[in-house]
Amino acid sequence: MKADVSSSGPPLVELKGISKRYGDLLANDGIDLSIEPGEIHALLGENGAGKSTLVKILYGVIEPSAGEIRWESRPVSIGSPVEARNLGLGMVFQHFSLFDELTVAENIAVALSGDWDLATVRGKLGEISRTYGLALDADRAVWTLSAGERQRIEIVRCLLQNPRLLILDEPTSVLTPQEAEHLFTTLDRLSAEGCSILYISHKLEEVRRLCRRATILRAGRVVATIDPRASSAREIAALMVGSEVGEIRTDAPHHPEGEMLKVASLNLPPAGMHGQALRGIDLKARAGEVVGIAGIAGNGQTELFAALSGERLAGGPDAVVIAGRPVGTTGIDGRRRLGAAFVPEERLGHAAAPTHRLSENTLISHAAAEVSRSGFILVNAARRLARTIVQSFDVRTPEGDPQARKLSGGNLQKFVIGREIIRKPKLIVVDQPTWGVDAGAARLIRQALVDLARQGSAVVVVSQDLDELFEVADRMAVIHQGTLSPLKPIGEWTKEAVGLEMLGVAQAPGGVHAV
Amino acid sequence: MRFELTPRPNVSPVMRALAPVAAFITAFLIAGFVIWLMGRSPAAAFDVYVLQPLSDPWSLQELVVKATPLALIAIGLSYCFRANLWNIGAEGQYVIGAVLGSWLALKTHGTDAGLWVLPLMLLLGIIGGALWGLIPAFLKTRFGVNEILTSLMLVYVAQLVLDYLVRGPWRDPKGFNFPQSVTFDPSATLHPIFEGGRVHFGALFALIAVLATAVILGRTLFGYRLKLTGDAPRAARFAGFSSKSTTMAVFAISGGLAGLAGITEVSGQIGQLQPSISPGYGFTAITVAFLGRLNPIGILIAALVVALTFIGGESAQILLKLPLDLTQAFQGILLLCVLAADALVSYRIRFVTRGGGK
Amino acid sequence: MTTFEAILLTIVTASTPLLIAALGELVAERSGVLNLGVEGMMAMGAACSFAAAITFDSTFLGVAAGILAGALMASLFALVVLGFAANQVGSGLALTIFGLGLSGLIGAPFVGARRDPVAHIDVPGLSDIPVIGRLFFEQDLFVYASIALTILVAIYLTRTRSGLTLRSIGENHTSANALGLPVWRVRFWAILFGGACAGLAGAYLALVYTRFWSPGMTAGRGWIALALVVFAAWRPGWLLVGAYIFGAATVLQLHAQAAQFGVPPQVLSAVPYLATILALLLLSLRHGRAIGAPGSLGVPFVPDR
Repeated sequence: MKADVSSSGPPLVELKGISKRYGDLLANDGIDLSIEPGEIHALLGENGAGKSTLVKILYGVIEPSAGEIRWESRPVSIGSPVEARNLGLGMVFQHFSLFDELTVAENIAVALSGDWDLATVRGKLGEISRTYGLALDADRAVWTLSAGERQRIEIVRCLLQNPRLLILDEPTSVLTPQEAEHLFTTLDRLSAEGCSILYISHKLEEVRRLCRRATILRAGRVVATIDPRASSAREIAALMVGSEVGEIRTDAPHHPEGEMLKVASLNLPPAGMHGQALRGIDLKARAGEVVGIAGIAGNGQTELFAALSGERLAGGPDAVVIAGRPVGTTGIDGRRRLGAAFVPEERLGHAAAPTHRLSENTLISHAAAEVSRSGFILVNAARRLARTIVQSFDVRTPEGDPQARKLSGGNLQKFVIGREIIRKPKLIVVDQPTWGVDAGAARLIRQALVDLARQGSAVVVVSQDLDELFEVADRMAVIHQGTLSPLKPIGEWTKEAVGLEMLGVAQAPGGVHAV
Repeated sequence: MRFELTPRPNVSPVMRALAPVAAFITAFLIAGFVIWLMGRSPAAAFDVYVLQPLSDPWSLQELVVKATPLALIAIGLSYCFRANLWNIGAEGQYVIGAVLGSWLALKTHGTDAGLWVLPLMLLLGIIGGALWGLIPAFLKTRFGVNEILTSLMLVYVAQLVLDYLVRGPWRDPKGFNFPQSVTFDPSATLHPIFEGGRVHFGALFALIAVLATAVILGRTLFGYRLKLTGDAPRAARFAGFSSKSTTMAVFAISGGLAGLAGITEVSGQIGQLQPSISPGYGFTAITVAFLGRLNPIGILIAALVVALTFIGGESAQILLKLPLDLTQAFQGILLLCVLAADALVSYRIRFVTRGGGK
Repeated sequence: MTTFEAILLTIVTASTPLLIAALGELVAERSGVLNLGVEGMMAMGAACSFAAAITFDSTFLGVAAGILAGALMASLFALVVLGFAANQVGSGLALTIFGLGLSGLIGAPFVGARRDPVAHIDVPGLSDIPVIGRLFFEQDLFVYASIALTILVAIYLTRTRSGLTLRSIGENHTSANALGLPVWRVRFWAILFGGACAGLAGAYLALVYTRFWSPGMTAGRGWIALALVVFAAWRPGWLLVGAYIFGAATVLQLHAQAAQFGVPPQVLSAVPYLATILALLLLSLRHGRAIGAPGSLGVPFVPDR
């Protein structure tokens, strides 16, 4: 299904036969891609499909192993981001390169090559803000800004260099639906002025909203270049993932029983300068059900997790009750002894120690149980436990007992979740269970969580992925700025309602709401 | 131009163990060069610094004597350093341990005290050092104050406390106004292990500390806790290990061992309190700890090696007129080489000129 | 001159080396590097400057030698800490030990020699004002230089492009690297500046403060300079205030000793060190934690490739 592109003339940029090899791994394999001037072109693919590698090659961060790049029909070699910028490329990464303590103006100035003084930057910032609708206050410190505002800084940084091609890597992963809409308007305006856009995403709806052409990558190769509006979602998904994606089995009506977790009016001051306070959190999770907590990153999920796990203590013992026992002032060790398990968002550094072996990493949550006795570590028991987890949860390891950092994201996540599930906990709280994890592993993890619930545990899943929550949760709430919406059965939620909660706009009866 | 650092994916344990050896050899070569610049023969210096001390029984004993406090203190430091806590105040903990232990010796001086004096002195030494070490630990856990500076400032305070005591209230009235305390009674003196030898029981304590630490760090939950706290502090909290109690514990252990070193030196070697009871053991022990890669057996070997340089330095001063400052400078170079070697083992380093490959 | 005036003047001379060394360390730390080698660099500055001054009978060459010595030591530190990404705490300590030892070797032949006092600069008219006149307007060049340096560092950090780059690197070297900022180059020069300042402070000690060299003459001033940077919350203006407070503490304990307050001299000697601890404590109490510390301070920079 070839797309027809409105503009004629030579493409702005062409990639021909781009390949990148890392030892045995072929991250990009003979990729052909072309982008017309003024086009918004999508790059679709799963995690690990090679999108990031390709884009880093285009932006001069990495050298390709083979292939050529043509810019306005001339072959070019892009040796560094500076060269890329000089050509006319701008890139907005998924992870922002910002300095929290500096102001907006300083953050922009420091990123610009050439001599920019702050006064000029301020002036230009004002101009661009107005022209493209990117509201920013020049003198605010970045740590006070929301994710959407921070992204605007990155975009302004690019626009100040007058780019011909703007690359955006998963830009809406940290935005509310309304902020995303704002971004799309800006992108439309840019494209109308002749700036091309390469839009990397795995979200079909957005791609259809913005783009008339999409290149789909899978396992490092281009599998198709299509018009996303002309294909169905299932077709596109099949191209992306390669086979029919199985659906999660959440079988027949379950009957949740005893309350495993109760949080009552939990208030928690922010942990540090950049933290989010928790206000009046009420939450209940019962044995046998999956409770989902949706929300955009940075709205208190991390703080909520810390409050539930006991890494941060509440004001009084009754604020958090696990299995009927008030544990608000008990630490994580005490909570684990009651049969609770926790999986934090950050795999390396929090859930597991990167330089420690898997067997040592079992000690993190099993020390109270079978792998230690009177203060001594039972090394063989720990190794056995690690092996069992690896086998039961299909963890692919490069060797027998590797360091945690040697595992890929998906495999490490399987290990970390497996480590907790194998304890048969009465309550498990998971923060972002499948973030940065490939589709196969994600499916396994979600199934494991649902199975655990059906076996009688209470499962709480905090996730930024709405689709995931709609798949696995029985009841759901949305967290916004540290407050939790009421819990409702999943059937009573629509994506739009969630989006509004994410913005903090409560649904009034009758559907009247402000935006 | 810039440096390119790529983490090595697989580091062989052999390389890791050899790194300090390579560092030592490099440092020796540099020192040899400096000695040559000073107009002496590097070969003669090597002979005096390294070979001679190893060749006769007396100096071998001296080796153990000098290595004992270094090993004791460095073992203690390894607990702190593994947990990423920088106890720079071991010298002060050594002194206060010596002071507190000596208090008992002075209190029972002249009386016919029994066998209980010495063990209690040693215990007081441990307690004194531990308490002095707990001050920076407390300031850190309660107020978040950086432990490097507080522990260091307390070194100066400790030395002044000692100075005050030996010049004032604890001065031997029959000592011709010299700033020193009375000589300890035999019941308050740590005896040599072998009759007529120089090595006293402090060496045994050091050996026990080494072995105990090897077990603790390798096989116990506490040892794992330290490792985790240093390697992944967030994971340590996630595992339920309170960083506050870890901090207090390791400073207490480190201070206690330094205090033990202090009292054993005073009661075993010096026999009395005087203004200077340490040629910088507390600081040299930091070098020893790094040189031994924070590993108990490594520290034992490193302590012997560094003690060797001390003894060599003393004879070099007499035989070759090489000043003691050279020993100190050498130790600094040695530590630098060890740290650089450690980094080289973990990373592959290339110096890249502009436009170099990626 | 009254005793009071004399005391004020000694406060100035006691505070100046602290201020100079601390300014250098402040810049290094703002770029994200913790340099514990200040004491060793200062000792080298003292020894080398004195040796050069005596050998060439020139204070100017002495000062130059002191600065150079500090800078050379600093470049060794930079090599290990930047090039090898070695542990900054250990490397700094190694440099202090090395510097103390080496400075002993260099200074030994010059024990007993003395230098003439450094000329004071007279600001005509202003220096005749009672009390303030002598204090502010009749100081030696170093004192004026230290004040000027404070102002220059403050302007550099807050108002120049280069200073903004340096601050960003210290704040978050990962972001800085992603933006293509020259992390190594900036840190290298920051470390060098720190070493040069430490060397200059050492030169001041040997050529102006005491006018002779003796072993161990730095007496822990390098460590106090480190404490000062934290005390000043990494701001040059507060550094000036802090340096003078600490200088005053050092001086007053000497005078209190002389006045025989009946307190043992060791207690008074301990005052600066206890004051440092107290200052650190108060700072933490005020902020709850080390607010203002550059985000990447002390973290070795190893970019992912």
